[in-house]
Amino acid sequence: MSSLYLDFIRIRFLTMLAYRVNYYSGILVYTLNIGVYYFTWQAIYGGKEQLAGFTAAQMTTYVAVSWMARAFYFNNLDREIATEIRDGTIAIQFIRPYNYLLVKMMQGFGEGLFRFTMFMIPGMIIAIILFPVQLPTSPVSWIGFLVMLFFSFLINTQLNILVGLMAFFIENNDGLMRMKRVVVDLFSGLLIPISFFPGWLVSIMNFLPFQAITYLPGSVFTGRVQGTGILEVLGIQVLWFVILLVPMIIVWRAARVRLFVQGG
Amino acid sequence: MQAIEVHQLRKNFRIQQSRGGLKGALQDLFAREYREVAAVNDISFTIPQGEICGYIGENGAGKSTTIKMLTGILVPTSGDIRVNGYVPYLEREKFVNGIGVVFGQRSQLWWDIGVIESFQLLRKVYGVSESDFRKRLDELVERLELQELLSRPVRKLSLGQRMRCELVAALLHNPSIVFLDEPTIGLDIVVKSEIREFLKELNRTQGTTILLTTHDLQDIEALCSRVIMLDAGSIIYDGGLDELKSRWGSGRAVRFQFGKAVTAAELTAWTGGLPVTWTQESELVATALIPVDTAVSDLFSRVLGAAEVTDVQISETSTDEIVRQIYSSGSAEKPGAGGILHV
Repeated sequence: MSSLYLDFIRIRFLTMLAYRVNYYSGILVYTLNIGVYYFTWQAIYGGKEQLAGFTAAQMTTYVAVSWMARAFYFNNLDREIATEIRDGTIAIQFIRPYNYLLVKMMQGFGEGLFRFTMFMIPGMIIAIILFPVQLPTSPVSWIGFLVMLFFSFLINTQLNILVGLMAFFIENNDGLMRMKRVVVDLFSGLLIPISFFPGWLVSIMNFLPFQAITYLPGSVFTGRVQGTGILEVLGIQVLWFVILLVPMIIVWRAARVRLFVQGG
Repeated sequence: MQAIEVHQLRKNFRIQQSRGGLKGALQDLFAREYREVAAVNDISFTIPQGEICGYIGENGAGKSTTIKMLTGILVPTSGDIRVNGYVPYLEREKFVNGIGVVFGQRSQLWWDIGVIESFQLLRKVYGVSESDFRKRLDELVERLELQELLSRPVRKLSLGQRMRCELVAALLHNPSIVFLDEPTIGLDIVVKSEIREFLKELNRTQGTTILLTTHDLQDIEALCSRVIMLDAGSIIYDGGLDELKSRWGSGRAVRFQFGKAVTAAELTAWTGGLPVTWTQESELVATALIPVDTAVSDLFSRVLGAAEVTDVQISETSTDEIVRQIYSSGSAEKPGAGGILHV
């Protein structure tokens, strides 16, 4: 059975590989984004040493690693699931003896593996060449970051699956999906690090899963969180991963009863 | 043992009612109105193992909804289902191992990968051992002549090729019950008859129970000993195809061509005492409708003795015709005694 789920990873990876040319432009777009934010932050810092706990050098590294992490964890599972629900192909998923959500997760991971090797790594190399990015020196930070990156993927994918499953309950969840994308980009700290938010918003953010997607792993990579602190932030991610399983299961159960196959 | 047992099965759908006009649209924003519609309305039937049963009805009669409940996709509103001894929606993952499903309108193969890769993946999905898989695949591939299709990507197959692959996909794990939802839709006559032959053989050699929905009554005539007919969510007929024909078939139509002009009065006079209904097309052509239990020879002896007949044609009501009548009347109860007349 486990080899089945590995197969879903493998097949998605190979399928993505067949379309890899599409992603070359993606590398360019992400590098461009890093450039835009790099120069913007340069202007904001204007020679100042430190803002909201970030040094200018840390900010450059943070921007680069955040965007490249997004290159890895981002996927369109929400759209895929919503489409399968809306056009009724979800019916096919129910006649198979496997767990649909797990299969989706595996397909997402196959895509993630592709993005990691063909998109994030080359993108990161280009970013390091173009911008003064400081790579972590301690192996603990590297290991910590890579483990956390995996959890970024898990949490982001869980949110995607949840939003995708909403198509069972609202006929058109396009708006919801678009909102989710903006919310994740902003509240995960991709566009602005969480520590730049006003205090009240920061305390709200601490109770939401989004910071676990970008801000926490980014903080480890830039060296703002070190040593045992890494375990602490990793703990937050693991906690969110476990917590998010609950609504997924509840929504899935409720959806089973509500299921209404479109198109007869 | 019964393969499928259904008792008082019902599925209601909630349909959103849109109110008209701007005011209605605003009201809809805050409080939606719903209407409950019974897609399947308290139906009961049982299908024994090894039977091929046709499930027919007009579009929207509830056929697909029933199939989706029987296969564990939809959860019924009320009623009991047992398929292969399982309650489909409760023990879904265990239950689906024993069934095969083909949806004529949806593919269960993976679009982006080759046919053989899809089959390999399905092997793992159903946990079929490599040796069983090989044996079964070889048989199916040989029988359905798929050899040269195996390496192609699914998206490059024609509909007929794809449908044969869908059948293989549904049968790889050797299910004891197969559900086919419009398996021959959109196929040409050659592929259609190939698929029918294949299904018949499958049923004969493996004893597979088959439940199929279709709009093509030739599928039913070729395959099914039994039909269940559905209209507006209720079963209106459940029984043998022959019985349906004899109960509903309005007998035979005998069309006479006469050598010289005849009148309606003459026609009725000749067949006085026989339950015959005449329709006259012209002075020279008339059709006599006789019930199934009246011998055609009686009619012949009367007419041939009285008039100069140049040509005779005998036709039986086709199943298509019978079903069309039942659909349009919405009931399988034969209307009042006496031959009904239709031209």
